[in-house]
Amino acid sequence: MHLAYPAVLSALLFCTGLYGVLARRNAILVLMSVELMLNAVNLNLVAFDVWLDKTARDALHSGQALTLFTIAIAAAEIGIGLAIVLAVHRNRGTADIDRLRDTAERPGDDDTDDSGPARNEPAEKAEATA
Amino acid sequence: MTTTTLAVLVPLLPFLGALATLLLGRTAPGFVRPLAVLPSLAALALAVTVAARQGGGGPVDAVTELTPTGSVPVELALHIDGFAALTAVLVGLVATCVQIYSTGYLRHDPRYPSYAALVSLFTSAMLLVVYSGDLMVLLVGWEIMGICSYFLVGHYWETPEARAASIKAFLVTKLGDVPFLIGLFALATDTGSFRITKILGAVASGGLDHPTLIALLLLAGVAGKSAQFPLHTWLPDAMAGPTPVSALIHAATMVAAGVYFVARLLPVFAASAAALVVLAAMAALTMVGSALAALAQDDIKRVLAYSTIGQLGYMTGALAVGDRGAAVFHLLAHGAFKALLFLAAGVVIHAAGTNSLAAMSRMKDLRARVPDAYWTMSVALLALAAIPPFSGFFSKEAVLGAAEHAATGHAGHVPGAAGWIVLVSGLVTALLTAAYAMRLWLLAFRGHGAEAPDHGRQPVAMNSVLWVLAVPSLAYGLTTGVLPDWFDSRDLTPTLTTAVLGTGVALVGGIVTYGAWRHTTAMSGRFPLGAVAAHPDADGGLVEAEAIASHESAYGNVASAPDPADPGRLLLGPLHRHAAVGFHLDALYTALFVRPVRGAATVVRFLDREVVDTYVRGAGALPRWLGTAVRRTQTGNVQTYVSALLAGTVVLVVAVLLVATAGA
Repeated sequence: MHLAYPAVLSALLFCTGLYGVLARRNAILVLMSVELMLNAVNLNLVAFDVWLDKTARDALHSGQALTLFTIAIAAAEIGIGLAIVLAVHRNRGTADIDRLRDTAERPGDDDTDDSGPARNEPAEKAEATA
Repeated sequence: MTTTTLAVLVPLLPFLGALATLLLGRTAPGFVRPLAVLPSLAALALAVTVAARQGGGGPVDAVTELTPTGSVPVELALHIDGFAALTAVLVGLVATCVQIYSTGYLRHDPRYPSYAALVSLFTSAMLLVVYSGDLMVLLVGWEIMGICSYFLVGHYWETPEARAASIKAFLVTKLGDVPFLIGLFALATDTGSFRITKILGAVASGGLDHPTLIALLLLAGVAGKSAQFPLHTWLPDAMAGPTPVSALIHAATMVAAGVYFVARLLPVFAASAAALVVLAAMAALTMVGSALAALAQDDIKRVLAYSTIGQLGYMTGALAVGDRGAAVFHLLAHGAFKALLFLAAGVVIHAAGTNSLAAMSRMKDLRARVPDAYWTMSVALLALAAIPPFSGFFSKEAVLGAAEHAATGHAGHVPGAAGWIVLVSGLVTALLTAAYAMRLWLLAFRGHGAEAPDHGRQPVAMNSVLWVLAVPSLAYGLTTGVLPDWFDSRDLTPTLTTAVLGTGVALVGGIVTYGAWRHTTAMSGRFPLGAVAAHPDADGGLVEAEAIASHESAYGNVASAPDPADPGRLLLGPLHRHAAVGFHLDALYTALFVRPVRGAATVVRFLDREVVDTYVRGAGALPRWLGTAVRRTQTGNVQTYVSALLAGTVVLVVAVLLVATAGA
């Protein structure tokens, strides 16, 4: 199989993931998109490992080893990510990324850095204008 | 113990007492009174012992140098001659009396512990000045007295008068202290030592290169401390402090420090005839001006304050004619009777509920309410007016005798002009002194009108010290024969001419005032006046603070009252208006110094706010704008951040690619 097929496939997967990360509003879908991007990378890694193995320049299969490594990290990451999303959902009743904007800078709070409930109201306003 | 050890303990005990009072004042209030009174009492006992051991013989000198201090050494030195020994006894006596009196006078005062500690510290500083044989060590005591005076004048800091008076006292005396310090340095440079004995030795052998300059510089500090013209303006205002403070600091001891300093270094001043004439002129102006002002004051304490200035004028006058024996003789007599006058005035103010003589002259039977104060104050006023056989007569005659001695050219190096100036002004002042003493007595104790308010018995602590102090006012004249042994063994007994002249003018002054009073007193019924702080149960300090605070609102002026029944108004005529405000010196100083300084401060504030701050703000503006711009990107939306990250990555990658292909 020519190298171009898996490369194109992984590029498509990566772009899909990227689009999902940038455009989806649901936090779970964003996490899934991240997984898509990671797996696109994994696909690339395996494909190039096989290609390099053909040219006998790499006998250690470092690409495949790195893939296993990435899968492990992805598993951990999705675990933590889902836990966070669950906690946020329990707290706020929503997992909408657009509504989680507590770290925004607003005019008038240069000196204070407390994030109290007083901030919720301007958060709604910022969301309405966004 | 040796005399030196005893002498070291004299200033040390009140100092330790002050420290202990400050430390224990809050935690153990029961210890404050004993800690205030006992060290002063012990210091008095030790000072008496030192005086007895010294016995008018040769001076006791002791020196130790703690550490080398460069070109001119500063040493811890004691120099106890007859002057020092006797002045220390006076300081100890007055300080003890004042401490005992204060336990009654300020018995409910919440700040009594710090007050007692400051009085102890003050006593210790004054004793240090008296005993010190090194001018730098003397200066330490001198300045501690200045700061204690500042704190104690401002004891009632709730009232604006007390705050203003304490700052004024501090600034005016410091104004004199700067030239004083320079004068000390100049003196040390000329003679190579700060030790009094060495300086006097150098002066005797003619080692002084700039006697006039040094003497005039030192005189500035003396004028500030001893309230001599033109730096006397702080003393009348300092009466805003509690009465015992006025008695201790502004009558008996601190103001005497300047006179005492000149007496110690008299040969330095005597080396310059010009300095002596300046001293004589200063004394004459001070004496006559303050006596006229005293005749116009309405506040009983301000009358006494101006009389203090006048009596200090007598002392500087005696120094100007080169007789330090007479000066210290008068210092001792005056210290006792003036402390008595002030302490008795405190009792009177407490009993009458007012410090205004106009209000007291409208009270019947005030003397029956305070019999102890009435009798002792009468004695002290007779002493002040120099009526024989009271103490003031002998000491004032000694001054006048010395002046006459100098005027007739018998005093060697002293210019005759100085003698005449002091003699004439001294006689004029004797007349005026008797007049204002008479006026004070008549207005305070011979009033007509409503019954004086009943404030109950005065505390024993306050009444008893009055009698203690009355003893020297009565019997001081007996020491005239003994004291010359302690001083320069110059005769202090009154000469016939000056005695007859002085007593004569004093009697004239008293009788004229009595006549004027008989003439005006009928009017007092027709012009009701008087604001009385009625707190029968409060202690004297509170009554006095209220009386001082209400004087200006009641009479429109802190110093005088619009009272047509005042004999002083009749005697002074058109002068009264000017004398009441101290001959407009305060207004002159306001125009000359206060306003320019305020104007300069406004300019500096403008420069700081508008010019310097503009640069600072300008430097801060650019980062602030950048920060505002960057803050706009912080929307809180993670996806925006990631998009920006992606865009940045793409731009970087493209740039790297372009650079790589262009390089290839």
